Amino acid sequence: MAKGILRAKAKAKGGNTVVKIMAKHAMETGNRKDKSGEKIPAKYIQTLSVVHKGKMIMESNMGSATSKNPYMAFTFVGGAKGDELQMTWTENTGSTATETAKIK
Amino acid sequence: MMNRRSVLKAVFTGGLVTGMGVLMPRIAMAAWSKAAFGAESQEIAMGALYEANPQASADVTLKAPDIAENGAVVPISVKSSLSGVTSIAIFVANNPQPLASQFTIPEGTLANVSCRIRMGKTSDVTAVVTTASGSFSASKEVKVTIGGCGG
Amino acid sequence: MKIIKVLLAGVSLAFLASTSQAATSGKTLATVDPEADRLALQSHFQRRFPQVALSDYVNGIYALDAPSREQWQDIEDFPPYEFDIEEGEILFNKTFANGKSYADCFTNGGIGVRQNFPRWDDSQGKIVTLELAINQCREANGEKALGWEKGKIAQISAYMAYTSRDNVFDLKIPNNGAKAAYLDGKQTFYTRRGQLNMSCANCHVAGAYIKIRADLPGPALGHVTHFPVFRSKWGNLGTLQRRYGGCQKNVRGVPQKTQGDKLRNLEFFQTYMSNGLVANGPGARK
Repeated sequence: MAKGILRAKAKAKGGNTVVKIMAKHAMETGNRKDKSGEKIPAKYIQTLSVVHKGKMIMESNMGSATSKNPYMAFTFVGGAKGDELQMTWTENTGSTATETAKIK
Repeated sequence: MMNRRSVLKAVFTGGLVTGMGVLMPRIAMAAWSKAAFGAESQEIAMGALYEANPQASADVTLKAPDIAENGAVVPISVKSSLSGVTSIAIFVANNPQPLASQFTIPEGTLANVSCRIRMGKTSDVTAVVTTASGSFSASKEVKVTIGGCGG
Repeated sequence: MKIIKVLLAGVSLAFLASTSQAATSGKTLATVDPEADRLALQSHFQRRFPQVALSDYVNGIYALDAPSREQWQDIEDFPPYEFDIEEGEILFNKTFANGKSYADCFTNGGIGVRQNFPRWDDSQGKIVTLELAINQCREANGEKALGWEKGKIAQISAYMAYTSRDNVFDLKIPNNGAKAAYLDGKQTFYTRRGQLNMSCANCHVAGAYIKIRADLPGPALGHVTHFPVFRSKWGNLGTLQRRYGGCQKNVRGVPQKTQGDKLRNLEFFQTYMSNGLVANGPGARK
């Protein structure tokens, strides 16, 4: 089964859960040129949102100033080992997918 | 053959998040703001997100390096002791589009986020935290240099 | 008398004195003493940075410079090379068309062997780096060789390095063939080149942690343990041999041939200098 583009490390500790997510993505700004001088089209993640037990716990909006392989970390109250997180990413092109990760 | 203007136009007209069917979380998502992300000045970007100019506040802590090792990957952390934080945003004044990222913080999520941003050159970096009382900021200059040992 | 006065005249000259001691521990096959060189390099850095533990040198400039160390630690918390290790594992485990795999070419199935490279291969009469061994394995099994600098070879190397983390480098110099290769690498390391007329030693021994061209060069001790490396500058993973080319171009010289005799011998010399330190690849750098 193909793995998605998101990698998550979610750890429950002391009543909170720390979530770290990195996406495998070039975050093309649309300004870079390829070898023949042509502009490489803009292709970057605009939104990454995370849901836990039906509740949205984070929505990150990003632009071309987010580094390649976009990374974010945040902490939410609650969460327990084994809980599932649903992470949905959406690109400027309209591409989108939801991937899951388990809290450790 | 796409020029920069037509690429930007294509990006921003396609920018609104459209319905995604059954996988969409029950809470409605804030749309990716093309006005804010596309703005080419910090003033306009902030104007698109906030009703009034953010006020500098000691209750907002911005962690960023004094000198970025590499402008392509600058680690940033923002936290705030204010209660009821609903949004955290990061601006890089001298970037072509100053708004770098914006985090919507639902209740139950701490006002403490980290990310990695791109900086084109030395610039003030400003973190803005929003609560029901308004928007509050912290700022610092982050130097970006390009050394001779690129390789 | 005069020479001693000149040598003691300044801190930087004292550094040069210790490096020239290392450099001149033997310029010929008969007089070169690799162990003396290695210990001299260690003393050089211990004298310059008494607070830094030898084992820390595997982290390069981050062992010496706190501000950049902080940024590096943020990145290491969730490093981009994790994608490459994943890819590398898949590539490593993929069988060749003839049914064999990389595991058949390496001791211990290729797991935990990074610290054995580069090594002197008597039958070939040359130094074999890990990437050379990877490509020789491919060609021996009817597959095309991979490019030397990035992409698949770097990913396979990254996976193999990852399985070897914390294994101690302990390269051997079993005979005069190996010794000659060591000496050749050492000579390359100390020879000035390019329009800027600088040697590796200028920046990475005497010049380590001194601002040169707006950069802080990392120390030569432990220089190679973390390869292959994900450089923010490249935005991807690359091999040590790729970095050599870039560095030689930076002093405005024509780079020596990737995975040619000269650069393989240089890698051998540099890795021998890091004997006693652990393999810690793949790494992240600016």
